[in-house]
Amino acid sequence: MQWKFPVLVALSILGVGLLLTGLVENRYVYFAAYVILQYVVLATAWNILGGYTGYVNFGTPAFFALGAYTATFLMLAFHAPFLVLLLAGGLVSGLLGLGIGYLTLRLKGVFFSIATLALTVVLQTLIINWEFVGGAKGTSILRPASMLFFSNYVKFLFMVMLCLAVGAVLVAWWLEHSWIGSGLAAIRDNEEAAECMAVPTLRLKILATTISGCLMGLAGAPFPLHITLIEPTSAFNLDYAVNSLAMPMIGGTTTWLGPLVGAVLLGVAQQAATVTISSELNLLIVGVVLVAFIMLAPEGIVGLVRRLVKGERI
Amino acid sequence: MADMLLEVQHVTKHFGGFNALTDVSLHVRQGERFGLIGPNGSGKTTLINCISGVLRPDDGRLLFQGTDITTLPAHQRTRLGIARSFQIPKPFTSMTVHENLCIPLAYTKPAHSRGTDVTTEATEILRLIGLEAKADIRSVHLSLIELRKLELARAMAARPQLLISDESMAGLSSAEVDEILAILTALNERGITIIMIEHIMRAVMRFSQRIVVLDAGRTIAEGTPNDIVRNPAVEKAYLGE
Repeated sequence: MQWKFPVLVALSILGVGLLLTGLVENRYVYFAAYVILQYVVLATAWNILGGYTGYVNFGTPAFFALGAYTATFLMLAFHAPFLVLLLAGGLVSGLLGLGIGYLTLRLKGVFFSIATLALTVVLQTLIINWEFVGGAKGTSILRPASMLFFSNYVKFLFMVMLCLAVGAVLVAWWLEHSWIGSGLAAIRDNEEAAECMAVPTLRLKILATTISGCLMGLAGAPFPLHITLIEPTSAFNLDYAVNSLAMPMIGGTTTWLGPLVGAVLLGVAQQAATVTISSELNLLIVGVVLVAFIMLAPEGIVGLVRRLVKGERI
Repeated sequence: MADMLLEVQHVTKHFGGFNALTDVSLHVRQGERFGLIGPNGSGKTTLINCISGVLRPDDGRLLFQGTDITTLPAHQRTRLGIARSFQIPKPFTSMTVHENLCIPLAYTKPAHSRGTDVTTEATEILRLIGLEAKADIRSVHLSLIELRKLELARAMAARPQLLISDESMAGLSSAEVDEILAILTALNERGITIIMIEHIMRAVMRFSQRIVVLDAGRTIAEGTPNDIVRNPAVEKAYLGE
């Protein structure tokens, strides 16, 4: 596997990001970039299970919010340092993913999807009734004015999310190009045939749900510090479920590039619409674009481009 | 017995109140061409699903080369050497014909060597089955006979000792049936034991050295093709009284 080139690209992206924090002062740029990068992580994470393995997960908000609330709890209870918050968020959501992996033993197709949706509702209800983290009214988080060598905290959070996004895409790239990726694709195409062709389907599905859940939790952990008021409605927002599914669908679900392209395009469009037209227009844009792509280009932008280049038949 | 490859001992399987298999026992010898026949709904595919690990029997034992495999998951049985084709072809549709074969070729290897190149092996099997011209075509674009060949090729790619062919000839023309028969005979000559499940009597009678007949989940006859065609119980199962 050629790993040197992607790693070099990843490092140079991080370098450019770092350079940017020294040049640009407008806080809104970092705020918007953070949201878009957060969607790169969520879309990539969703795609590892939904696109590669074929298990459609409607529970992105559950994994995301679990990461966010794990961080909130650790801040309130122990004033834990940032790195601990991040790792704990990823760990706890990864464990939830592990549990969901065992669900796939009994639940396939649409029933799995319904179960993940139910999971979100159950988890949200639990959080609403947990007074320590603020219950339904939420908790205000005071963040430090600056962090490390960044002149303000927003820049730091942007850099964290950039690292997570680059890391998530690298993980997806690696999965796709290793023997694990072909096994996941076999499960997606036909699980029974995959199992009979020596693919350890249960183990691979659990691996996919765990990695996917862990990445979503990592994306959620810095959320309380980003939003500064953490409450269940925003943490469990339906937007996360819809966007993390729509972005890979629009970009293309079979490659690591698809969710990245989808998240950047839709994320930028949503941010632009929020500023210029209305903040409620977000989901409408996603809905319209998603319907158009499912009807006209079911393999997403990546599939469409690939077909145009190769002249391959549909 | 030293030459015993597969032993099915008193296997019972029911779905709710329906007894799909009742106390079925049979054995397959190393290198044998074994036929499994029976009317529709007699439990042939259920038995194959129990042998390949897709279903767990409710009662009874399965031995492969003397080891108990009753509780092993399907993918581990495949690694031991049991491969099957599916009655209704189940190709990996997003992959090319060649890539379809790379899945079992890679996954039957131990974990540390799964990254190694298997493309030449895949090409060899495709040549053996007569599918090399279609190697780079996505499997969704194949015709029925090509799909059946892919099923056999993919099962071959699992490096089996025992190949179970589940109605690989259903819906094919007479010439195509001969083509599949020739493939299976060639595989058997390479030392692979074959269980053939088939409704096409001409094929199964010509191919098999020994046949077991299932009816309503029980074995009702066993013997050479000549014994079977003369057996009154078999005639009754197929034609009624």
